[in-house]
Amino acid sequence: MIALADYLTVGAILFCLSMAGVFINRKNVIILLMCVELMLLAVNMNFIAFSHFLGDISGQVFVFFILTVAAAEAAIGLAILVVLFRNKRTINVDDLDTLKG
Amino acid sequence: MTETIQKINIVIVLAPLLAAIIAGLFGRKIGRAGAHWVTNIGVAISFVLSLVVYNHLVSNGAEAINQSVYTWLISDGIRFEIGFLIDNLTAMMMVVVTFVSLMVHIYTIGYMKDDPGYQRFFSYISLFTFSMLMLVMANNFLQLFFGWEAVGLVSYLLIGFWYKKETAIYANLKAFLVNRVGDFGFLLGIAAVLMYFNTLDYAAVFSNVEMHKDLTASLIPGTEWNVITVICILLFIGAMGKSAQVPLHVWLPDSMEGPTPISALIHAATMVTAGIYMVARMSPLYEYSETALSFVLVIGAITALFMGFLGLIQNDIKRVVAYSTLSQLGYMTVALGASAYAAGIFHLMTHAFFKALLFLAAGSVIIAMHHEQDIRKMGGLKKYLPITWITSLIGSLALIGAPGFAGFYSKDSIIEAVGLSNLPGSGFAYACVLMGVFVTALYSFRMYFLVFHGKERMDEHTRSHLHEPSKVVTVPLILLAIPSVLAGAVMVGDMSFGNYFGEAIFVLPQHDVLAELAKDFDGWFSMIIHGMTMPPFWLALGGVLTAWFLYLVKPELPGKIKANFNWLYTLLDNKYYADIFNDWFFAGGTRGIGRNLWQFGDVKIIDGFMVNGTARTIGWFSSMIRHVQSGYLYHYAFAMIFGLLLLFGLFVLD
Repeated sequence: MIALADYLTVGAILFCLSMAGVFINRKNVIILLMCVELMLLAVNMNFIAFSHFLGDISGQVFVFFILTVAAAEAAIGLAILVVLFRNKRTINVDDLDTLKG
Repeated sequence: MTETIQKINIVIVLAPLLAAIIAGLFGRKIGRAGAHWVTNIGVAISFVLSLVVYNHLVSNGAEAINQSVYTWLISDGIRFEIGFLIDNLTAMMMVVVTFVSLMVHIYTIGYMKDDPGYQRFFSYISLFTFSMLMLVMANNFLQLFFGWEAVGLVSYLLIGFWYKKETAIYANLKAFLVNRVGDFGFLLGIAAVLMYFNTLDYAAVFSNVEMHKDLTASLIPGTEWNVITVICILLFIGAMGKSAQVPLHVWLPDSMEGPTPISALIHAATMVTAGIYMVARMSPLYEYSETALSFVLVIGAITALFMGFLGLIQNDIKRVVAYSTLSQLGYMTVALGASAYAAGIFHLMTHAFFKALLFLAAGSVIIAMHHEQDIRKMGGLKKYLPITWITSLIGSLALIGAPGFAGFYSKDSIIEAVGLSNLPGSGFAYACVLMGVFVTALYSFRMYFLVFHGKERMDEHTRSHLHEPSKVVTVPLILLAIPSVLAGAVMVGDMSFGNYFGEAIFVLPQHDVLAELAKDFDGWFSMIIHGMTMPPFWLALGGVLTAWFLYLVKPELPGKIKANFNWLYTLLDNKYYADIFNDWFFAGGTRGIGRNLWQFGDVKIIDGFMVNGTARTIGWFSSMIRHVQSGYLYHYAFAMIFGLLLLFGLFVLD
């Protein structure tokens, strides 16, 4: 029997992986977006695990919503990325520092 | 009757004010003649009505009037009022002020006839008359202060009347600043009166003096000061400024930059005597402080003698008279210090007549000489200006106290009163006033001989144009010459030795030197006979003879004396270095402090440290902070996550 803790550990590992991806990656914005998606998946994992072990279906309903929103978000994010590339001719993260104070 | 007099009082004050407003604001519309008519009539009304009041009070012996005209405000139970206190002292001052003012108004028609500022001048002198009347008629300290400042303001305006003249601007600024020093003391004195007596009304203050006479205050921690003494000395500092006593005398000689009529009216006869009047009015206060009286006595004595010395070496005709005014004001102050208030006021009155006369005569000489004021370039004017000559002679004789003339009675009263006084410092004061008699005679007759006798030293052009100025100039001279001769003999019995002032002047029995003198007084004529045997007469005679010998018999002698006593001449020529010292110490010191405050306090501390410093600190801080904003998303994300972890950590640990 797989315990709740194992699911949560997987979720945490996924979250940490994605976070490491956000921090370590200095090159590609697309990888950044993928990392963000992965974070959402990690959260989803937790939702499903809790939903199953607590016997409450609403957690899984949330996951559907999150997946939907994440899909939309990915579409918009990629669209922005295309526009960004057209304007800046780069998707290198180190070059995108216009917010610098 | 009293009610009528009360109405008259208001008219007396307002007539010159109205005239001043008309001449000042509508001067262009009413023209030159209109301006002098309206102001002359205004002052003439005041003079005639003052005579009525004088007659009512002095001749008919009516009660003093203490009327309240208008309540300005009531604050915390203290009433600030405009009101008149009319007693014999006030009545006499009103007559003197309006009389001299009227004479000067008439004289001005002749003196200023070619001046472009004719209307302005008349407006100012009428305004002055109003202010001076407000001052002398006040029944409370507030109105006294108003009059005090108003006459100071008009004095300032009139010294700088010829505002295109560099020296006049300098002189009026100087007068204004020096008077501020005195007024500061005066204001503090009034504030002290308000604090301890809780009222500004004369009558209320004076009736409470005795209760407060042992009150002390510790101005500097650990020392006890008698409150009455502090109040008296502070008020007297105001008088020192206004009446030009050492060391606040420096403005008066310079004030001669103004037109001569105002030198006569303001800087000889009336305004500068305001200090004397004030102290006499405050006699119920001064009587309870021997320290203050001694202070007054010594300051007066120093002024009387040492300012006289300065008159000896002046060559400007007006400056000689100015220094003689200083010296005479010193005499009046000495009288106040010796508790001989009545004699001081008596001298104030006679001095107002003969000094106004001398100034107007000097003005007449100046007109005749085409605005030449150097007495070394005059001489022998006697035959060209007979009326000016004879009136000047009368004025000079009155000034030196020649027996029979007005000055004799007042000055002799003062000298003998000081001789009887036993306050600390009275010995010194007696010596000073006695020596002062010789000096007065010497400088007065030096000027008289140099101007009217001896060789004619003017150039040919001036000589051919010499003639007596018009009637408006000579008539006031004659009218002033009359009281210069007679006022003394007529008034001496009442004023110096009688109970002329009644309740207005209060003297403690142990100070009452005049009552002591009154025992030996029997009539003005015997006073002349008695005066002939006293040292002042011989000293004055000696002074006249010395002047005659030095400037008529051996005119080359003064030059030799000057050469031999060069250090003394230099000292006197620099006026005891008072101006230089003031310029260096006070003016320079103030400017230095100001410069330091500006460059250190303002530029460095306020601007540099506080205002710009704040901006700089914030700028520096934000330049540090901005490094946090790298612009990289992952930095922000890291910060977010890190913060989140931190908060969760705290949450979990709790």
